[in-house]
Formats: sequence, C-alpha cells, structure tokens
Amino acid sequence: MTPQSSFMIVAAVRDGQLKDLRALLASMNNLPGHADPDNGLIPFGKFDRLHFARFVIIEARTVQEIREFGVTPRPWQPTLAFLGDIDGDMQTFFLELIERAEPGLKKIFSHCEGFSEENQDLLGWMNANNINASATYVNWIGRTVRQIHEEAALHRSLSTYLQKIADDVGRENVRTLRQKLLSYVEMEKYKGRLTLTPPEPTPPEWKMRNLLHMIGVPLILLLLSPLLLVIALIFALRLRMLERSDPELFIRPSREHLAELTVQEDQDVSNQYSVFGDVKPGVVRLLTFKFILLLTDYFARHIYNHGFLARIKTIHFARWVFMDNNHRVFFASNYDGSHESYMDDFINKVGWGLNLTFTNGVGYPTTRWIIKEGASREHAFKYTQRRHQIPTEVWYKAYPGLTAVDLARNSRIRQGVEIRQSNDAEIREWLSLI
Amino acid sequence: MKESSDFEFDDLQGLLRFGYGKLTDTSFMLLNIVNAELAKKWLETAPISSAVTQDPPPDTALQIAFSVEGLRALGLEESVVEGFSDEFIVGMAGDESRSRRLGDVGSNAPQQWKWGGNAAQVPHVLLLLYATKGGINAWQKTIEGEYFSGAFQLLQELPTLHIGDIEPFGFPDSVSQPTVDWMQRQSTDTHERDRYSNLLAPGEIVLGYRNEYGQYTVRPLIDSRKDKLATVLPDAEDDPPLKDFGRNGTYLVLRQLSQDVPGFWQFLDKVADHIPEKRERLAAAMVGRELDGTPLVPAHIPGISRKEYENDFTYDQDPKGNYCPLGAHVRRSNPRTGDLPTSACGPLDRLIKILGFGQRPDEDLVASSRFHRLLRRGRTYGPALAPKDAIKPQASVAERGIQFICLVGNISRQFEFVQNAWTMNSKFDGVQDEKDPMLGNREPLMSGESTDHFNSPDPSGPMRTIGHLPQFVTTLGGGYFFMPGLRALKYISALPANRTGSPS
Repeated sequence: MTPQSSFMIVAAVRDGQLKDLRALLASMNNLPGHADPDNGLIPFGKFDRLHFARFVIIEARTVQEIREFGVTPRPWQPTLAFLGDIDGDMQTFFLELIERAEPGLKKIFSHCEGFSEENQDLLGWMNANNINASATYVNWIGRTVRQIHEEAALHRSLSTYLQKIADDVGRENVRTLRQKLLSYVEMEKYKGRLTLTPPEPTPPEWKMRNLLHMIGVPLILLLLSPLLLVIALIFALRLRMLERSDPELFIRPSREHLAELTVQEDQDVSNQYSVFGDVKPGVVRLLTFKFILLLTDYFARHIYNHGFLARIKTIHFARWVFMDNNHRVFFASNYDGSHESYMDDFINKVGWGLNLTFTNGVGYPTTRWIIKEGASREHAFKYTQRRHQIPTEVWYKAYPGLTAVDLARNSRIRQGVEIRQSNDAEIREWLSLI
Repeated sequence: MKESSDFEFDDLQGLLRFGYGKLTDTSFMLLNIVNAELAKKWLETAPISSAVTQDPPPDTALQIAFSVEGLRALGLEESVVEGFSDEFIVGMAGDESRSRRLGDVGSNAPQQWKWGGNAAQVPHVLLLLYATKGGINAWQKTIEGEYFSGAFQLLQELPTLHIGDIEPFGFPDSVSQPTVDWMQRQSTDTHERDRYSNLLAPGEIVLGYRNEYGQYTVRPLIDSRKDKLATVLPDAEDDPPLKDFGRNGTYLVLRQLSQDVPGFWQFLDKVADHIPEKRERLAAAMVGRELDGTPLVPAHIPGISRKEYENDFTYDQDPKGNYCPLGAHVRRSNPRTGDLPTSACGPLDRLIKILGFGQRPDEDLVASSRFHRLLRRGRTYGPALAPKDAIKPQASVAERGIQFICLVGNISRQFEFVQNAWTMNSKFDGVQDEKDPMLGNREPLMSGESTDHFNSPDPSGPMRTIGHLPQFVTTLGGGYFFMPGLRALKYISALPANRTGSPS
C-alpha cells in the first residue's frame, strides 16, 4: 500500500509582482481556474503520482474582521501557496517536479520573496518553504492515482462488454456472466489494454510511525486524562462565556467576490475550496483549535480513511493549516458536487464537526457548547464561509469526471475481479456495480 | 400556539395557498413598465387576489410578481433592493456561472431563449391571470382598466393551455407538493426530524417566517423612522423595530420548458421494439411514476391500494433503485430523504449514524430533502398529444411544454439546488454519468464522458441501460421574480414619484 502525503510551499509575493504572477499563473489554465494538464510551466498531467494540485494567492480579504474583538489586525502580505496531494513521499516527488518543471517552477517562484531565478537551490528552497498541515484528510489512504486510472479503465471496459453480452447470455445467468467478464478481463490484460498493478508493499517506516501514532496519541491522552478532565471543565466554561460574548459578524459577501469564486466552479464534477481567516484572540481559543485539529488528524488517519469523513463521502483531500505564527488558519479541500451542495452537507451532515473546529475562527457564526447552532445559522454561515473563501489561481485534478463515490465503486469492481464472490447474491451485487 | 385564523392569509397572494386548479383559463403576461406613475396608479386598485378562502370560490384570480428591474423601475430604493438575495438581484440568466449550474448550456443557453435571456430582455412584471373556462378575455379587460395601457408595454403573453391534470408527456403533474405547516406545529429540530415529512415550515415558502433551520431568510427590512411609508408594512418578527418588506411575499421562479412529446414517445417506442406495454414501462421508469401517477415503489402500508398513496411514500425500502431507478425524474426532484440515513433507534444508534458508521458505501449520499422543497404552480401549453398518437410519424410537432413556476423562500437553496445538485447532476445519488432522463441536457462531462443514457438498476444483477437519449426538454425562457405580500404592494404603489428611476 502506498500512503499519500501532501505539500504546501508558501512564500510571500514580492511587492509589485502580484499582477504579473497572476497573469503567469493564468497562462497555465484552459478554463477559469482550471489547469491545462499539458501546460508549459508545470505539465501536471505528466506526474503519475499527483492527485490534486493548486496555486492559490492567499490574501487576507477579511483582515479587518478581528477589529470586532478589539484587536488590531496584523499585517499580511499576499502569499503564494503551491499545494499538492501525492502518492508516496514528498522528497522524491519534489525531485520529480524539478526534473520535469524546473524552469517553470523557477519562473513562478521568482515572483516570491527570498527567491532568485539565477542561482537558487530550488529543492532546498522548496523544502525550506514547505509547511506542514495540522490535520490532513485523505478520502482513501493507499489509493494511488495509477490505481484510480487503472480501475476506471477496468470499469469502462467491463461496462461496455457487459451491456453487449447481458441479453445474449441472459441476465439471470449470473455465474456465466461473471465467467465471461473475468475471461474478458484476462484477455484484455493479455492484449495490454488493461492493467491491474498489484499494490506496492507498505513502506515499513511509515507503518511503524502510523502504528506509533495510532497507539501513542490515545495513550498520552489517557495518561493526561485526569489533568485534561480538569482543564476540559475550565475550558468548557470559559468557551461558553466566550461564545456568549464574542461578536457575531453578519456581513454579506460582495457580488463581485462571489462572481470571482463561482466562475471557477462547476466546470466539472468536482470543485476546489480554499478559505483563510483569523484565529480568535486568546490562548483558550488557540489551544481548543489545536486540540480539535489534533483529534481531527487522528480520526482522519486511523478511522476515517476509507471513503467517508463522518457522513461526508464527497471529499477527496482536505487540510487544515496554521499560518502566521498561529494567528491565522487556512483550509483547503477538493470535493464533489456544487458549492451549494457542499454547504448543504456541511450544515446538515457534519455541522457539529465544523462547529467544533471553526468556532475558534473569527467570523464564524455563534455556537452553543461549541457543537450546537453555528453552521445551522444558515445565512451567517454561508456568508462567512464565502467571505473567507479565496479564489484559486490554478487547480488540477488528475481524474476529471470521477467522484470519490465513483472511485470507491471502481475499487469494489476491481475487488470482484480479484476475489471470487461466494454466492449468487454477491455476484449480483458485483454485477450491479458495473 | 397560533390558531388557524391567525395566519395572515389576507396579506398573502393566493397562489401561495391555492393552485387555482378550477380556474383552467390562464394568461401569463410579461410586461415592461413604461410609465411608473401610471403603473403605481394601476397597482393601487388592481384586484390582486389574497389567500383568504372564499365561499363560493372565485371565478377569477389575479397575481403579480416583479423582477428586480421592475422593482427598480417603480422606484424601490437600492438599499431595499439590496435586502433581496443575490440570485434575485443578478437574475436567472444574468451570470454565466449560474447558467452553467442550472444546466442552461448548449441548446438551453440563455442566448437562445425566447425571453429573459439577457439583461435587456428581463421583463419588469409578471402578471398571472386565472379564470374559469372561457372567462379569461373578460377578466383581462376588467383588470386592465384605465391606466394599464399607459403604464405597461406587453412584451409577451406566455402561451398556456389546460390539457387536464397532466403535463404534455402525459403524466399527472404536480403530485408531489409540500404541505405548508401554516400553524408551525411541526418542530424543525433535527432530533425530531429523522424521517421525511411532507409538512414544511412556512419560512421555506413565505418570507418573514421561520424556515426549516428555524431561522428567518434574509429579506429587505425597512426602518420606518427613516421611511414613513413603511408604516403600512408588517413588523419584522425577528427584528421588531424594523418593518418587513418581504413578509408574506415569496420568490417566484418561472421557466418556459419546451417538451418534445413526439420525440420522447417515438424514441421510447423504438427502444421498446414498438411494444406498447414495454414502452410505457420504460417511460414510467424514467419518470418514476406510471402514467396514472402510481409511484413505482411498493406502498409502505401493506394491504392498501398503492393508488391512494400517490404522494405518501419514501424510497427507504428501495435504496438501490430496483423499483424506482435512482435517476428517475421524480426521485431526483424529491428524493424524500430524512435528516438521517435511516431512522435511529436510541441515542447510541443516532450517534453511530451521525458519525457515519454502519453504512453501505452508496448509502446516505442524498439527505435532508426538507431544505430543498418547491411549491409548484406551473401550467402547460400547447395542444394535448396522447402517447398513442405521439408515436405516429405524422404526429403534430406543435410547440408544447410547461410554464414551470415554483414558489420558494430561498432560490439558491431550493430551486437552484434541486436543479443543480439533483436533476442536472450526473452523479446524483451515485448514478453513473447520467442526468435527469426527462429534464436533463445531454452535455458530456469535461472528460468527454457522455451523459446521454439512463440506467435502471435490476435485482437480477446487471443494470439495464438505455443509451443515446435525445434531449426532450429545452429551456426557452425564464426569470426570477418577487411576489410581494399585499401590504408590500401598497407600499410599492405609494412610492413617491421623485424616487422613480428612468424606466428602460
């Protein structure tokens, strides 16, 4: 099994370079915000380990909101972020990036502070500017881009063939149908038209680290539990007080801002989402935020790693990142369906989880006991998330047209090819997926 | 708890409560305001029907709604206009991103619409006239009165024709309707709303009341200390010192949808090898109901005829779509899901469900239908054509379709969501790259993957696929309107002249 990892290279944009940088990044697109996979700067389509990538210029469009808390806004310089979700480890991917796209990367990064196009150790700079997320979510840990493409091809091929033979063989003859399909797959593989690469062995050090993390985090929490219980009580009361006194910002996003965001959306079956905002002032808020993200990361790694994040089955990758010395937070995700349906899921399916996390962010609607209300204050929530959302300059998805539900289905179809079903009902179930 | 008579039906336009089904003659007029002063004079005395029941029921009815340009032309201040939702302000065809979301691309694109396709074409006023059979001309004369011709320019009278309680393809229309919970007796708390219910909080349909989130939808509120005129308006329930311009009003979404009736039946006839029963079965699978309106899922109450229960069912017993395909039109338009995937028994079970455990991979993809309901008030147009005649090669190809109307409190969460996330979504509830078999456009995905097919899951195993579906429904026009409450109409008709913007 090949585990996934992510990177996020960030650097402030040099004064006066913003416009040029935007134009340069836009030159990579063939649709608003959507990368041409073969673009001349970074040909994303050539990287067979890359799931998603995006360039986003992080601007603090909501920088003034913290004034409501009596805090003077910290200055923020527009910052370029290059994000990617990949199979395997970051270092080898960086090397691959440099090998294929060094001039393009240099051209882009030359708009950033601390980078000179002439004599720059690109790898060193990328490593130095990479920041780690506090929490990451991967829809299906271990599912590689290669696997996704192979399984999609398998599904396409089986679906066409099944339609051709179903009526001749008879829909009730499920065993014959299966036999024919399996022989067909063997033939296609032999002809080189289908490939089903077996999974790579799991890297032992990843396995070890993962195990340690799985046991270690609960263990430490358990050891600290007497102390944590006391702290939790104090925190709960303090948070409740803050909830009552924190200002609620009911500010409608401008139509210009919305138009900038929506022009990039619904070009295909999935969309990207980036939000950026301030952490509420005070150590209680920050520590709560950090603790919730620690739990989020833990659950994402060890429990929600096979197709669903609580009740949501439409998120491919997501990450939560602290920036500006823990004063601000950045969230990015890649999801299926329209923005309105994403918000619908947020509010109706996982409002509690969203509340837990973002109740600590400036502008988030008022919560009660940090899991109640919040997101279900519909307008306040929809306004604030749109207000804090920032457009993406360039977005790449390696498998257009496929949703996370599609990917899970394709894997089940492949599984049915490799592991024989034991009874007719299971065969029927398998056939119904195709 | 409020009593039935407490609801301000006298301030509501009647369409919010009645379908005016007995008033089979209709005239839907798209008007521009050419003289705002005369328009307001006309409005002052126009017999706009309220939602109060009358005995005997009236022979005529008149309803009015305005586009944002219409409200501006009458002199509504920009600060009030800004209280409306962005969808209403920008308009149905005012933004390419919205058109893409609504599926108004390709042959549905606004550039090709007969009306409303660009900013200059958006009508100011929509006038809906209803009368008993044969009475529409007289009613039209009556309501036009003395100021009408000077006030308005008739852009178009949208065709309508009563062909029975069916839509042009031949299926019963508007069967699934929410029942507005006028008295707000049903809780909107999700703890009490696991299951699908047809009762709907009034705020989902009428502005100024609590919606299904228990919240008040954003709408124009006016400070009557700054605007004396506003004293005629009702109070804002959630913001008492302010007056509520939106209260008892609703957004009216209108779309002219052309239906290719011969195309539909002839295509199915071919696929069905000209066998009438098979043809009807395929059509029923695509619609999700039989021609007589019977739903395709087994009745959930055993021993009672299914026919009596044409609206009293959910798809809970048919999660895979073996009886009613997942992609069937009525299943997409209203999936009838509750807030939780299946009813929770006990708090622990509830917690497990909320945390997402114990589910099949294809379960719970579509939930909480209650936030996406539409009150539909559409009317058909074009001559009736029975399926058996439609399959004949010489079938008349007259222009037919539906003037689709729905009333909602939140255009983006209700109409646009249903259109985008449900009917036009090629991945709705896990379906494989297909759009609504009836309503959908047939545009391929970005990857080039086609979407012009329809799958029926089959208990025997392999799905049954119909490929190369032509497009049966084409959008010919559309717009977002606001249908004010009667006191808001009074406010509009009293707007001072000096505020009036120059009418276009």
